Amino acid sequence: MTSSRTAGSRGKWLVSGPPLLYLIIFFAIPTLIMLAASFRTPGEFGGLAPLVDETGKLDVNLESYARFFTEPVYFEVFLKSVVYALVTTFCCLLLAYPLATLIARSAQRYRDLLLLLVILPFWSNFLIRVYAWMIILGPNAALAKGVNGVLGLVGIAPVPLLFSSFAVLVCLVYVHLPFMVLPLYANLEKHDQALLDAAQDLGANAWQRFWRITFPLSLPGVYAGAALVFIPALGIFAIPDILGGPNDTLIGNLIKQQFLETRDWPFGSVLSIVLTLAALALAGIAAWVAKRHADAGGTIDA
Amino acid sequence: MALLEIQGVTRRFGDFTAVDDVSLSIEAGEFFTLLGPSGCGKTTLLRMIAGFDLPDGGRILLRGEDLASQPPEARPVRTVFQSYALFPHMTVEGNIAFPLRMAKASQDEIRSKVAGALDDVRLGGFGRRFPHELSGGQKQRVAIARALVTQPTVLLLDEPLAALDAKLREDMQIELIDMQKQAGITFVYVTHDQTEALALSHRIAVMNKGKVEQMDEPSRIYGFPKTRFVADFIGHCNLFSGPVTANNEGIVAVDVPGLGSVSVRADTDVRPGAPGTIALRPEKIRIESAGTATTGNRCRGKVAELLYMGDVTVYKVATADGSRVEALLANSQSGRAKFFEVGDDVEMGWAVDAGHFIAE
Repeated sequence: MTSSRTAGSRGKWLVSGPPLLYLIIFFAIPTLIMLAASFRTPGEFGGLAPLVDETGKLDVNLESYARFFTEPVYFEVFLKSVVYALVTTFCCLLLAYPLATLIARSAQRYRDLLLLLVILPFWSNFLIRVYAWMIILGPNAALAKGVNGVLGLVGIAPVPLLFSSFAVLVCLVYVHLPFMVLPLYANLEKHDQALLDAAQDLGANAWQRFWRITFPLSLPGVYAGAALVFIPALGIFAIPDILGGPNDTLIGNLIKQQFLETRDWPFGSVLSIVLTLAALALAGIAAWVAKRHADAGGTIDA
Repeated sequence: MALLEIQGVTRRFGDFTAVDDVSLSIEAGEFFTLLGPSGCGKTTLLRMIAGFDLPDGGRILLRGEDLASQPPEARPVRTVFQSYALFPHMTVEGNIAFPLRMAKASQDEIRSKVAGALDDVRLGGFGRRFPHELSGGQKQRVAIARALVTQPTVLLLDEPLAALDAKLREDMQIELIDMQKQAGITFVYVTHDQTEALALSHRIAVMNKGKVEQMDEPSRIYGFPKTRFVADFIGHCNLFSGPVTANNEGIVAVDVPGLGSVSVRADTDVRPGAPGTIALRPEKIRIESAGTATTGNRCRGKVAELLYMGDVTVYKVATADGSRVEALLANSQSGRAKFFEVGDDVEMGWAVDAGHFIAE
């Protein structure tokens, strides 16, 4: 019995050990390095200044944190990133819900094909897909000409589509849409038709059936999709770099700048940590709201 | 005028006719059961009454009004689903309040009616629980309370006890009868379980292949089956077939292979030469030691198999040509522990009016 227990625990380590080791080396340690770096002074030519300076004093400080919290421009960029990520998440939800419903309700033989179509964009490179939007939104493309033609008719000056917040948001939604569709589909596909029949039998019209039954039951899928869209959208830098205008600098761009251009590692670390904490906090709030909602459970006083 | 009239209703799925020209009329306050094997069309018919499906032909009238134009949510008809279909994200209260909310009842009305409904199904104190915290029988009662809380004109029940174990099912049957009596609401009950149908119903419509084979009170369905199917489907039944040899003022003689001439009372007019079947319930047969004098129909045989069931023993008796006759003997008679063993020669007898003649 003892030996079998030992064998069992050895098996457990064999299975969970490698991924755990991987996460420690490539996630936990770098995060700790970043956390340590955030308290250091930037080096004269980039990187970090020595931990112990010439006078023999330990060079640890909160200057980079102070900079983030005292200079409003950084907080504004950060807030803008949150707004972009929220708008992206919301637009993805609005587009993905009907699509996921359609796939979940279609005949079994079409479902796999439809799901394949949803993930088909992943088969080509992310940057290539972003560059494709440069062509689609470019000033000589049919889309810009059509839009500006219509605007011209009502006497509004032509607007550029490319290098704008619009271009950034369109591409953010496009890139993240599958991450909303898949968890929503996985949830909606399991819904029991008998519940909708029962709701209808008990007097609920189509809208009430959706709002009172389908939507609340799909919330786990909504939360999963929202997290999968919101968190990467919050840290993105390539899309605003390629498609955005001068005002579309987001926190991701700022972090990239700090590490690659300004070479201010401590401040880049601070921005990364704030980003991580904000994502965690928002996810925590979402989970808390979800739990509260579930506990109320449509009791008669709710 | 009947409360619910089903007039010549037909429903086809492709080449398959699920419900074939069915006409029924169900009275107010009645416990009416649609009984039949799976695929007989009983559930399709129920779904058409609820409004989830529409007839291809015929009409469904409630209080004389055609329901065809009313969607399920507008019909004063509620359904108790086989899977209960309780909303998993709502508490028991939330589930029961749902139809009241849909009917735009006031908060006070909702509160008092939900409390009343919980008491009616003896689930006071369970209001804040979620469906997954309830047992099967409790879920069942919530489903019924939810369906009854708005006082529908008709309650449809689709095999509501099928998922419960035998003992609980029996308790729930008694509860259902009480609830129906108390609420005074017309119940239309669908089941494939003939004992359940016999125990619960005021009237039963036995369905087979989309048609109603017989519609009557339970005792008449059991005692006087009109067709071979009904006789065979409801309880156990010996079916003796053969040509009619004589008809003497309602007493018909049938020449049954292996049994000889068997007499039976017939309420239909039948002429000699026509084929017929005698339906004879096992418990109507007396089984005696061979050579004992009996009156009425008689038949000799050898006990081929016996099933000791506790309260009764079922004997399968092989007759002269090897065909089996099933006879049932209650174990209540005092004085003898055991009646017959396998291999015993026995004599079976039954009165002329014990069996029932089915014309073909």
